[in-house]
Amino acid sequence: MQRVFPFFLEAAWVTILLSLLTAILGLVCAILGTFARLSRFWALRMLGATYVSIFRGTPALIQLFILYFGGPQIGIQLDAFEAGVIGLGVNVGAYMTETMRGAIISVDKGQAEAARTLGMSRWQAMRSVILPQAMRLMIRPLGVNLNTLVKSTALVAAISVVELTYTAQRYIGSTYKPFEMFLIAGVLYMIIIYIVGLGVAWADRKAQLH
Amino acid sequence: MGLDFSVIPKYLDIVLIGALWTIAITLGAAVVSFFGGIFLAIVALYAPAFVRWPFRVFSFLFLGTPLLLQLFLIYFGLVQIGIDVPAFVAGVVGLGLHFAVYNSELFQTSILAVDKGQTEAARTLGLSRMQALRTVVIPQAVRDVIPPIGNNMIALLKDSALVSVIGVSELTLSAQRAIGSTYRPFEFYVLVAAIYYIINLGMEAVLRRVERRIQASR
Repeated sequence: MQRVFPFFLEAAWVTILLSLLTAILGLVCAILGTFARLSRFWALRMLGATYVSIFRGTPALIQLFILYFGGPQIGIQLDAFEAGVIGLGVNVGAYMTETMRGAIISVDKGQAEAARTLGMSRWQAMRSVILPQAMRLMIRPLGVNLNTLVKSTALVAAISVVELTYTAQRYIGSTYKPFEMFLIAGVLYMIIIYIVGLGVAWADRKAQLH
Repeated sequence: MGLDFSVIPKYLDIVLIGALWTIAITLGAAVVSFFGGIFLAIVALYAPAFVRWPFRVFSFLFLGTPLLLQLFLIYFGLVQIGIDVPAFVAGVVGLGLHFAVYNSELFQTSILAVDKGQTEAARTLGLSRMQALRTVVIPQAVRDVIPPIGNNMIALLKDSALVSVIGVSELTLSAQRAIGSTYRPFEFYVLVAAIYYIINLGMEAVLRRVERRIQASR
């Protein structure tokens, strides 16, 4: 147990790093996706809807495999970690797009109409009236997305990134102690998720104050 | 190395058989997760503390950890304690338990949301506590929670790809077999993604129909 623990800690860092980078990329994709889905232009709306539908409609594992194993065939050479961040980030971005869009369209229509009546442009109304209210609504559900994201970083074990699940699997194989290895990795996952939860709760409190 | 989709037809039957297995696993795990979810919800709400606590720890562990890790635990853990089950069974049980925990959260809320008067009326009519729960409360609770449970089952379909990692020959693993002999990962994984997408659309259509039926029956 003492012998394997340092390896688990190291793996936990990889999981944290993966989660962080994936979350950032996911948010960027989600912001672009949300703008596309709410755009005035039909083509952009279609593009956004297609992105969400395809990435939510197929398994994240297959998306990772297409990128990592299929990528070289179309000239995309990535190492496993890079493929993991990009694959998971674009995937979680599709889920986050739906979260953000949901928050924005659930702000009362009257708010936008009132802002427009006051002479604001569409963009001004969005920026100074709709978004601040939507922001408050989207933090908690985005927190749920982040929680799922931390757990879905386990998928990159299948393309042999040495993170928590990969490490657990390796030591289950060599020590024949599946339950103990599961517990070590599981507790580390739950600590990471707990910290993410604290961050989300903090952001939510901040947002409610304004 | 460019793309060449003409290799697909020769392996199409293997992949389609894999797709049937994926549907079978999804259905099996959906049944386990549905009834498992109801069972866990009843335990969480009504069982005495010494029964409730072990289940609470179990739920806590399963909510906080990745499915893939749980699959490794179940697959290797069962072998460890001397139960040598086929990978298919380990996959169905693992997926089923994982989603049972999620469904249980939904069932708990919806059971509590059923009007108290319903239980009281049933008890007045002479039904035992268990009978009232089984014939009056649970059916209403289940009806109210079908849409989110259905969403969980669609998520289950996509997560079923993970059981390929413990060696269940479903859609993903059958594609890997075809890739093993053709070295054409892009073509086969795109094919597999398309098949998952179609099954996914089918499940969504069924779910929407069921939701409409529920709306109409109220």
